[in-house]
Order: sequence, then structure tokens, then C-alpha cells
Amino acid sequence: MADLSIDFAGIKSPNPFWLASAPPANSGEQVMRAFDAGWGGAVWKTLGDPIVNVSSRFGAVDYANAKVMGFNNIELITDRSLEVNLREIREVKRRYPKHAVIASLMTETKDDWRVLIRKVEDSGADGLELNFGCPHGMCERGMGSSVGQEPKLLREITSWTKEFAKTPVLVKLTPNTGDIVDPGIAAVEGGADGISLINTIKSLIGVDLDRLVPLPRVSGASTNGGYCGPAVKPIALHMVAALAREPGVRVPISGIGGISNWRDAAEFIALGSTSVQVCTAVMHYGFRIVEDMIEGLSTYLDEHGMKSVNELVGRAVPRYKEWGELDLSYRVIAKIDAQKCIGCQLCVAACQDGAHQCIFTGPGDRLRPPQAHHPGTAAAPRPQVMGAIAGARLPWVDEPECVGCNLCALVCPVPECITMEEVPQTAPSETWNDRVREGRAKVPGGIHD
Amino acid sequence: MNPELVRLLANDRTETALPDKKPTYTRAEAIAEAERCLYCADAPCIQACPTEIDVPTFIKKIATDNVRGSARTIFDQNLLGYSCARVCPVEVLCVGSCVYNGWHREPIQIGRLQRYATERATAAIAAGQAAPLLARGAPTGKRVALIGAGPASLACAGTLAVAGHAAVIFEKRALPGGLNTTGIAPYKLHADDALREVAWVEALGVEIRAGVEIGKDVRGADLLAEYDAVYVGVGLGADSTLGIPGEEGPGVVGATAWIEAMKLAPASATKVAAARVLVVGAGNTAIDVARECALLGAAEVTMLYRRGAEDMSGYAHEMDAARREGVRLLTHAVPVAFLRDAGGALVALRARKDGAEIDLPCDLVAIAIGQSKIREIARELPGVAVDARGCVVADPRTGQTGNPKVFAGGDCVNGGKEVVNGVADGRNTARHLDALWSGDAIAVKESA
Repeated sequence: MADLSIDFAGIKSPNPFWLASAPPANSGEQVMRAFDAGWGGAVWKTLGDPIVNVSSRFGAVDYANAKVMGFNNIELITDRSLEVNLREIREVKRRYPKHAVIASLMTETKDDWRVLIRKVEDSGADGLELNFGCPHGMCERGMGSSVGQEPKLLREITSWTKEFAKTPVLVKLTPNTGDIVDPGIAAVEGGADGISLINTIKSLIGVDLDRLVPLPRVSGASTNGGYCGPAVKPIALHMVAALAREPGVRVPISGIGGISNWRDAAEFIALGSTSVQVCTAVMHYGFRIVEDMIEGLSTYLDEHGMKSVNELVGRAVPRYKEWGELDLSYRVIAKIDAQKCIGCQLCVAACQDGAHQCIFTGPGDRLRPPQAHHPGTAAAPRPQVMGAIAGARLPWVDEPECVGCNLCALVCPVPECITMEEVPQTAPSETWNDRVREGRAKVPGGIHD
Repeated sequence: MNPELVRLLANDRTETALPDKKPTYTRAEAIAEAERCLYCADAPCIQACPTEIDVPTFIKKIATDNVRGSARTIFDQNLLGYSCARVCPVEVLCVGSCVYNGWHREPIQIGRLQRYATERATAAIAAGQAAPLLARGAPTGKRVALIGAGPASLACAGTLAVAGHAAVIFEKRALPGGLNTTGIAPYKLHADDALREVAWVEALGVEIRAGVEIGKDVRGADLLAEYDAVYVGVGLGADSTLGIPGEEGPGVVGATAWIEAMKLAPASATKVAAARVLVVGAGNTAIDVARECALLGAAEVTMLYRRGAEDMSGYAHEMDAARREGVRLLTHAVPVAFLRDAGGALVALRARKDGAEIDLPCDLVAIAIGQSKIREIARELPGVAVDARGCVVADPRTGQTGNPKVFAGGDCVNGGKEVVNGVADGRNTARHLDALWSGDAIAVKESA
């Protein structure tokens, strides 16, 4: 079984799965139950001057019968006293010495940071995470994302903390910024030992259409919150990868954003994360999800011949390239499995209305539309192919016209029914950047030229 | 509708003892089921519906909580979408064609979703909480008389009224609605719900003259003289009889007559608790009677069929349900005679099975071997022909009979099919007449 243990800038953890600084890591009682369930570490709910919260606090986006595709909150940092939190951190570290406990911090003046860091480190925390990401409430008070959005300020405050801290300092970044590389480099320049991202995305989750009040509703009003959950994963993956491939960023990354299972975790790790942090999935299903995360990641590493999770870190980063470096000669086309198709024809609607008009049903050739790449007739299979389940409703692909966009395979409800298959490459590989270099980067007639 | 009509129903009707097998969905249930729909393109469920309801569209609207829009999508094709939702054999129509079946997943419960949308939307309108979805069109001056107030005539009259043509229905019974009121198994639809749907059609501007029989109270010739067209939607006649000794007398009933009494008359008329019941026949009416008797507490219920189970005209899913409710099926059994005691009381039915004669002790026998045809209507309306079976001969697309002014549809033409087939017929005739009268012959819909 692969070794899942990690060393994150000196912070040791039995596995890369950490609770993110959020409601699941609000108290020692929760964190200890999480460790019992298998979590390797926890970033404590942000410590600072205790705040007062509102009711209600959370909102979600559902999609069809799937609940909580996206999640938003207007909850603030801890509402419990620093002393109580520190006493609990001390107890957790005493009982779980091999697990990682990182204290998320948020405060204002340099002196505040000095005092807070000293107290937290005295409690036995393994590291610190500076919350420069929270996009609601605290930022209005000059903290959270209002720091993360100002690289100079971020660098300055990071360097203060490095003056005081004996344990590793992680800087948690906000995605609410033009280019994530700027605050990332500022954190490294300020001396950060690691970077965590992403914090939540500034959001309004919805509107109560009867009351005409945004959600989540607090009496007669609402406020913008922070958006997270499965829906934000692609945004987070990009930001993690953007920093992982940035030469100016040579510190470990803790990946955050919509991680719900081992597959999500493996993707974040492959794009440069040393640890991953989870919140929404735990809020939805509880601490127990970590069992599958550990087992699944471990099995994946075994099956791919990796002895340690560290071998996976950043493995996909070199394959994250600019568009201009992609091979223009590579081509895939859609294949529909006549045995599996159920005849819903969602691929037909999607291709006809939303893509390249190359999937049809029924017998008989079709005249391609005027915008076709290859003017003329789409040749129907002869004799007509009948689906095992779909019968005459089995669609067919006008292969010469298929651009390999994936849309049909994405909308097909039946797993492995539509596959994208490689066409043997005839032309030599060529990228857009090659064409730019050779002066062939203008295509005045478009696809028909 | 005249609310007095609902009051004509007895309060202690036997049918009220039989609750819905498929209760109406709650909002949460409906949305959860609607969200399962794949929203197929060119969906097979639409093609399977005789009225071509745009099923994926109305289901998607339920998912977005646009219930009123969902009902409008249904009513665009089928004004009796409410009763069809409850009485259609969806297992062999829309639900049976759902692509999930081939994938071995539970098909979408289209009937229950259609009931949810139509029931909610029409209830809100009836309660004055929402504006009407459809209204009588600006008068065109054209007038149509419709004979019989069953599904075919109601669909025809409602469609005509919305287009602005006056529609007057003549119904010989006191209660309109046809089989929806008198003949649907109560666990699918109760008579009061059928009458509420009649009220919804009436509210579109349809006039119903109940208790008026054509050929007796009003002559067919008068209708032909007074109206621009006449629609025949009279359904079928009395239950057929076996014509064997002992059939006349207490304890032997026609199936549809018994169902009508069970649905409309006071409970005392149709007591079957603890009785031994035989049902002769294996069509859907036979299965209905058998299931109803079993559910009402009969001691035993046996269906007698002269051929094998594979030849049954009743739906397999209905027979399966009947078996689960305790109904037995005796195949290859041919009734020979009814045996009665000296006082005339029914004792047993003698039947021939496997070359021998057996006596089946019983307290009640329901004869469900079909219904007679109402041939008299052809005599009232010159030019209208009936075929060898006694069915009115009509163009399957327009409903036009041998008399160019007379149209016909529903059971009296097809010999006895589903409510939804009658609705399709009536609607198609109305669309045909409207296209004809609006001078827009091109708009005459091709219909299967």
C-alpha cells in the first residue's frame, strides 16, 4: 500500500487530507472525531477577535436532483474565545501528536499578529495559515480578502508574521483577484513557507423570488458571501496549477476548492498540491467520507506504480500548457455504441443546436448545413444500423464533419456509450505557435480557406 | 359546471370505499420525479401518446415549478389531460416507451406528473386563485351539436369553443362525462373528479344539455337543420349477454351496468362483501370488475375465460395487479348455464372445461364480454353508415362520416378503446372543422 504521509514545509501529516478552516474545524471535539475518522490534519476555524454571526448563514445551488453543487456562506471567523480555542488545540495535539493542526489566523495590527502568533504557537499548533481570503464580512473590516487582493499589503503582513513565527507560515489566497500569480508571488516574497488556495469566491447564491430578497436571507436582507463546493473545483484547479508551474513559486501548495472524493484530491495533487483541504463535502456528508478518500487514493497510487503520494505531486503540471502549444493536427471523433445507446437523442439535440450539426437519426443521407466544414451530403450508414436498445432511434455520426468537441459524450446519460476515438494522424504535428513563427498565423477565409 | 350535478351523486357511493392506487404527488415528489426525466429529444413518449402531448416539455416545467405552464402544454394537445393522466394505460403508452425501460431503470411516472400539473393548475383556476388558462374564442357564428357527453365529445366541444365555434352537447344521462363518470375503476378516478373535469370543459364555453336523448327528445333531423355540423360521440351500448339458460334473474349483471351502479348509486345497490363472484370475460372491463369486487371484500373472485391467458385482451399489468389482489383466472372455461334454486336464487354457473362440465358455486356473476353498438344513431342521421361490427364508419383523420355534415369519434367508431383515443378523435375533428371554417385548409392537421 502506497505511503500517504506528507511533509508540508515541515508540517508532518499521516495523509494529505486536511479539514479546511471552516465549520467542520470549529472545535476540538469535531477535530478529534475527524482524526478518528481518518483525516490527517485540520486547519482550525480562523482565530481572531471573536465575532457575532447572523441567522441564517448558508445557501446552496442544486442541479436537478443533485444537492449542494455549489455552496455559499456568510459566516465569519470563530465566535468562540481565543482562550477556549487554544485550550482545545493543546488538548488535540496532546491526544493526536502525529496529526497536523494548523491554526488559521486573522487580525489587524502588527502587534496583534505578534501576540496572536505567540499564543497560538504556545498551544502547540504545528503551523499557521494566514486568512487573506475571506471575501465577506471580515474584508469590510480591512481583513481577509481585502489583504489578499493587495499584493503589497499581503507581502508586508506575511513578512511581519515571519518575524514572529517559529512554525511554518501558510498564506491562504483569495480567488477574487485578476491574476492569482501576483498574490502568490507576493506571499513567497513575504517569506511564506506554503500557499493554500482557493478561499471562497465572492457570491450571491440566489434570490427569494417571493420576498425579492437575496439568499441566504437574514430578516429582510442578505449580503454577499463566499462560494465553494463542487462547482468551484475547475476554478480552483486552474489557480493551483497556475502557481504550481510559476517559477517564482517554489513552496508547497495546499489545494482547496470543491474536493469531494479521492479523484478530486488526486487531480489537485497531480496539478501541484502537497496537501488538500476539504470543507463542503464534509458539511454535506460528514467526516466519514475520508475513508474512501484514503482507500481510493492509495489504490490509485498502487495501480499506477507510485510508492508514495509525493510521487504524484505536480505530475500533470508540465502538461498544462498555453493554447498555442496544443497540437492542431490531433483529432478525435465521436463513436456511439449501438449496444449501449438508449435512444434519448440528447446527443442529437446538443450537436444540432449547440455544436457542429453532425449527428443525425434515421435512414437516408442528409444535406449538410451551409456552415459545414465540408459542403455536401452526410452519408447515412447503409443499411441502417439498429440499436440493441434504441432500435431505429440510434443516432449516427457524420464523421468527416465531426470536430471532436466532446459535447455529445458529455451530455450522454449512459456511461461509456459515446466515446471519443483518435483518428490516425496524417498531417505532421503543428501548433499555433509554430504557425506564428512561420508567418502562417492569419486564416482570412476561416475554416474554408 | 352546474354544481348541482356533483350533488346528484350519492354520498354513500360504493366507489368512495376504494381510494386512489396512485395518489396525487406532493410538490416535492413531483419535482424529484420531474428532475429524473432525461428531456429526450424527439421523445418516444410523445410518439406513444395518441394526443401527442409534449411530455418532456411539461415535465421540465414541473421541475422549474412552472406548474401552470406545464398544464398549458398538456391542454394544448389534450383538454382532458387530467382524466387521461389518471385513466390512461400509461404502462403500454408513454411510460412504456420511456427510454429508461431499455436501460432497466424505473421509467418516469408520466401519468402521475401529468395529474399533478393538471390538477394543481385547474384547482387554482376553479378556486379563483389563478386566471383561466383557456377561454372561449371570439364567436365565429358556426354551431356544432354533439351527441353524447363522453371524452370524445368533450374534447371536440372544448376545442371548438376555444376556437370560437358554439358547441352544444346533448347527453341522455343525467350526468355528463361518459365513461369517465360511469365506468372508470374508482382506484383510478372517482365520478366527482370526472365531473370536475367536465366543469373545466364547460368553463371554456361549452353548453351541456343533460337528460336529452337524440331520437327521443330531439330528432336527428332537427340537429342537422339547426347546426353547421353534428358530432357523434355516443360510445357503446348495453352489456352483451351470453344467451344461455338461467341468465335472466337476480345475481347476473352486465359488467358496465354493475360498475355504473357501484360508482353512482348508493352503496346498497352493489354489495359484494363476502360474496363469491364470477366474472365472465378477460378484457379490461372484466379485470376492472374483478379487481373492484376483490377490493370491496368479496370472498373469492374468479375470472372465466374461454381461451388461454395468452389470448386475453386485458392488459398484462392490470391482470398482474388483479392477481396480487386475489383474483383467480380460470382459462379455457365456457359458460353453459346458470343454475338457480327453486326460489330463483343463483346457485352456480355451469361451465365446460377440458371436455367436462363443472359447476362453479357463486353469488354474483358479472358478464364482461363486450357491449352492444348503438346502431340507432345511424338511422337518426341519414348518410351515416355502420360497419359489420356495428361501428360508425368515419374517416380516421377527420372523423367525417358518409354524411358530410356528420362526424364521429371515440368508442362508437373504434369499437371500444381508451379515453385518450376518444379525446384524440374529438380534438382532431374540431381542428379539422376549425381549419375548414377559417378557410385555412392547409392547417388541417395530419393525424395518425
